[in-house]
Amino acid sequence: MSGGARLENANPVIFQRSGERLLTASEEDEDVHDPIDDREIFDLIRSINDPEHPLSLEELNVVEQIRVKVDDAGNTVGVEFTPTIPHCSMATLIGLSIKVKLLRSLPDRFKIDVHITPGTHASEEAVNKQLADKERVAAALENSSLLEVVNQCLSTRTI
Amino acid sequence: MAADSTLLLSLVEEFVSGLQDSKAKDAAKGKLVLVILSLTSSQAPTRARGVQLLSEVLKECYGELTEREVEVLIAFYENRLKDHYVITPPVLQGLRALTRCTTLPPGSAVSMLRSLFQDVHVQQILCLGADFVFGFVQSMDGERDPRNLLLAFQIAKNIIHRGYDLGKFTEELFEVTSCYFPIDFTPPPNDPHGITKEELIQELRGVLTGTPKFAEFLLPLIIEKLDSDVPSAKLDSLQTLTACVSQYEHKDLAEFLEGLWASLRREVFQTSSENVESAGLAALTALTSCLSRSVLSSDSEDSLSSFLDLILKDCKHHLCEPDLKLVWPSAKLLQATCCASNRASHIVTAAVMPSLIDQYNSRTQCSQRRTLLEVVQQFIQSVKSSQSSDSDESVLSAFREALCSIMFSALSESDSSLQITATSALTSLAQLTGLLLDSDIELAIDHLTRLSAHMVECAGALAELHPAAFIAKLIPRLKHEMFYLTEPSKQHSHHTMRQRCLSALAAVSKQSSVVQDSTPVLLEVLSSAHKGSVSFSVDEVVLACHSLQRIAEQVEDEEETGRCFHDVIIPRLLSLALQAALQGSPGVRSPLVEEAVLSAMVPVISTSCSRLQPTMAAQTASRAVSLFLDGDVSFLPDNSFPSHIQLLKQQGDSWSQSQMVCLLMGCVCSLPRSVEVPQIDQLLSALEEMSCTCSHQLSYTSAAKCFAGLVNKRPPGQLVLIQRTMKRVCSELDSTSSSVRIQAFTLMIWVAKALLLRYHPLFKTLTDKLFSLLDDTDLGLMAADSFSLLMSDFTDVLNRSCHADVRIMYRQRFFSENSAKLVQGFNAATQEKKSNYLKALSNIVNKLPKQVQVTELPALLSLLLEALTCPDQGVQLSTLSCLEPVLINPPPALIQQLEALVNRLLALLCSPAMNVRIVSLRCIHALSSFPVHEVLPFRARVLRALAKPLDDKKRLVRSEAVQARGEW
Repeated sequence: MSGGARLENANPVIFQRSGERLLTASEEDEDVHDPIDDREIFDLIRSINDPEHPLSLEELNVVEQIRVKVDDAGNTVGVEFTPTIPHCSMATLIGLSIKVKLLRSLPDRFKIDVHITPGTHASEEAVNKQLADKERVAAALENSSLLEVVNQCLSTRTI
Repeated sequence: MAADSTLLLSLVEEFVSGLQDSKAKDAAKGKLVLVILSLTSSQAPTRARGVQLLSEVLKECYGELTEREVEVLIAFYENRLKDHYVITPPVLQGLRALTRCTTLPPGSAVSMLRSLFQDVHVQQILCLGADFVFGFVQSMDGERDPRNLLLAFQIAKNIIHRGYDLGKFTEELFEVTSCYFPIDFTPPPNDPHGITKEELIQELRGVLTGTPKFAEFLLPLIIEKLDSDVPSAKLDSLQTLTACVSQYEHKDLAEFLEGLWASLRREVFQTSSENVESAGLAALTALTSCLSRSVLSSDSEDSLSSFLDLILKDCKHHLCEPDLKLVWPSAKLLQATCCASNRASHIVTAAVMPSLIDQYNSRTQCSQRRTLLEVVQQFIQSVKSSQSSDSDESVLSAFREALCSIMFSALSESDSSLQITATSALTSLAQLTGLLLDSDIELAIDHLTRLSAHMVECAGALAELHPAAFIAKLIPRLKHEMFYLTEPSKQHSHHTMRQRCLSALAAVSKQSSVVQDSTPVLLEVLSSAHKGSVSFSVDEVVLACHSLQRIAEQVEDEEETGRCFHDVIIPRLLSLALQAALQGSPGVRSPLVEEAVLSAMVPVISTSCSRLQPTMAAQTASRAVSLFLDGDVSFLPDNSFPSHIQLLKQQGDSWSQSQMVCLLMGCVCSLPRSVEVPQIDQLLSALEEMSCTCSHQLSYTSAAKCFAGLVNKRPPGQLVLIQRTMKRVCSELDSTSSSVRIQAFTLMIWVAKALLLRYHPLFKTLTDKLFSLLDDTDLGLMAADSFSLLMSDFTDVLNRSCHADVRIMYRQRFFSENSAKLVQGFNAATQEKKSNYLKALSNIVNKLPKQVQVTELPALLSLLLEALTCPDQGVQLSTLSCLEPVLINPPPALIQQLEALVNRLLALLCSPAMNVRIVSLRCIHALSSFPVHEVLPFRARVLRALAKPLDDKKRLVRSEAVQARGEW
């Protein structure tokens, strides 16, 4: 972020972070099977960094737990994300970061679908199409500078 | 040529003796080398004349010298500097002439300056003045070697600090140094000179910030460099700014204030790293305090208030938008100015507080209110740091009423996060001396009695400042809450309420006056729990003991409270425990015979005993011993005990009395070493007897611990008794049919621990015995586990706070003496016994400090890797957990074994035990930070292997796998 450049949205609204998931007794029990649920997926993506701000996607309300849908038995995951402003140019990058994070963190039996919350972005369809296209995602990750930006978004921040 | 030389020589002779001046000069041009020859006279004035001749010659012909000649001359002059002081002036003149040479060899300027500063007194250079500075500037221009730069910076700093006349060369000197700013230097690997970037930065900063004369050049430079993209340049600029303003006056700053503010604001508003942000805030604080320091003259405007106006204009409106991101940076900026000086904090709070308070009262959403309250709290904090001790009127006193009312309204909200913020704000408000009135405190206590968990801490902080109010109001209230159950239906909430009351009692008891009133309440809890008049659960009783222990730990006034504990609390505890133990009827069991309660009582007693004054400690010891040995109950309150109680004698299977020995341990094992325990020999025999014969676990373990605690403190000459004990223990252990082998083993291991701590020679025999037991069928596993006991610290006995004799590094010593034996034993052992050795080893290594682990690990690595393949899950787990910290900073030996390590770790991912899977995932995670070229070959394999735990049935395993895979 160079000193002179203006941010697209310099003063965004900040939302509260939800706490760590509480540990339940059944999770410590060896014999119980914990299914993959909405919260678990949400925990995976909520700490992704925003490309512009030193804030997480959760703090900017880009991702919300209610917009995460998981079907453990049916092997599908659906995530909707909401750009902070309708003409946000970072939408594709954010979507790509979410997608990559899920690809890396979920077993390969899942089909992962990432798209923009309907009605929240100017070029919604174009972005959704890009994100749904497997080959375009793969091609994007061949690009080393793009991969670096994505990895930066996914890097764990020490808070 | 020869004739020329002779002529020259004679001319030089004449010059040196002071007869002829001009002729020699003319002739000497071009024949410099010869002149040097004549400078070997033993007369200092003569030499001086010689040097003068040389210098004057040089002054006229410096343009014609070759590099080689210059080098020789410089070496000569540097040498001359060490000569007699009369020679110095001509030497300086000569050096000055030489600096004008165009053929100055590289590096020589610096070496010249170095010798100058070494050998010459400052006054002599002072007379050279501006010319010298110019020479210096010329000589360092374009210098690139970091060694020379470092020296040059030091010299420049000297020039500035020792008051040289910079004259018209101020700007030049600044230019020549500042072109290196900000420093970007990475020392080459294996740099023999060891110059770091940090050193260069510090030296350069010293030069640049050295004098206010640089202000007009430095400040624009800083503003310019703050625009840089490089974080380290920003950081350096900000730190330099912070350093320089401490020297400046407001007139130096005046024209740059706006530019500086714009840069600082941008850095904090759009910060990308926390370091830059905090450096920016520090710079703002320094700037503001510089402005507030300066004296106002009548004709100039008040630069502080105009600067603050600027800041307020930019920041204040953001404080009205508590949902948006910029509220925090704005608040931080304003707080940074607040910290700077009392005057600044007056101006800022007067501008900001009313609007914050208004906002708070008009907003209704909890999250907004909380943000506002947090901002207010930070303002209170920063006001506190700027408050000068002698100012009578606090900055915030105008807002006291309004602040109190918003705190109290926040405390009565239902939202818990709002309450937390309010309590911490209240705490910081109360720490502003003389701000709150008594009535405010009483009101605060009223609010705090509706205790929720976080209010306890706040109460503790407030109680320290206002003990009287707490004694009068809070303690009776807490007592009431605990003892009078209002509605039986609310059993559960009542339990949590009691827990809070108990911890609140402990939290507020930091001063002895409060302790006098709070401990009786806690004791009453114990006694009514015993009598059953009010029902308390075992948990609550344990908590009461914890509270007592906390009080014993934290009180400030040791003597007063020590007396209180000695006179009242310890006898009372012993008496209650004894009453409970003697209560024969099995139907109604007092909670005080529960093991949990007794174990909680022990630290109360030991903590308080370890802090007693010597006389009281001695009295406690003799009372305790006579109670346990002779059944002397005279010092106990409520004295209605039977006359013949023998607590150290086993009476059938009633362990309720014998287990009280743990309280004896609390008393006698934590006393200072100077205190003599009476009847020690009888006591030791009784304890030995008990620990070898009793069948109740708590009893025999406590007796063994107590025995060990006493043995540890015995003076060296009086340990003969142990020999006998050892013989008895060993014979018990040797007879495999003995029924008390476990007891004997327990005693042995505790005594071993006591001796290990003080490096006693007898320890050796015990270790040998211990090693032989590793092969024992029954006790082998126990022996392996006991290594962890030998290596760890205990809270109740044999630690430093109990005044035990603990030598430093006993663990390392034990390890280095015995690791070879372990390896030997491992190799000799049969297959099924090997796991015992591995377990013992991992128990030892686990407890070693990390530095030792890293150095010792290479030797043991193969054994540890072996341990990873051992089927015992306990061994796997403890080996993994001792590997994990080592992996974070891996020794080279480990990297060589990477292949084997990766194989074993990946194999463990399929372990049936969840914990093993989790820790091995963590280890794999740690492997990802190994040098890239080492781990890259494994990458594909590890990623494939990590795909499986991503679908693990346990969520905890999955989350570790996600982290590990993300890193790989």
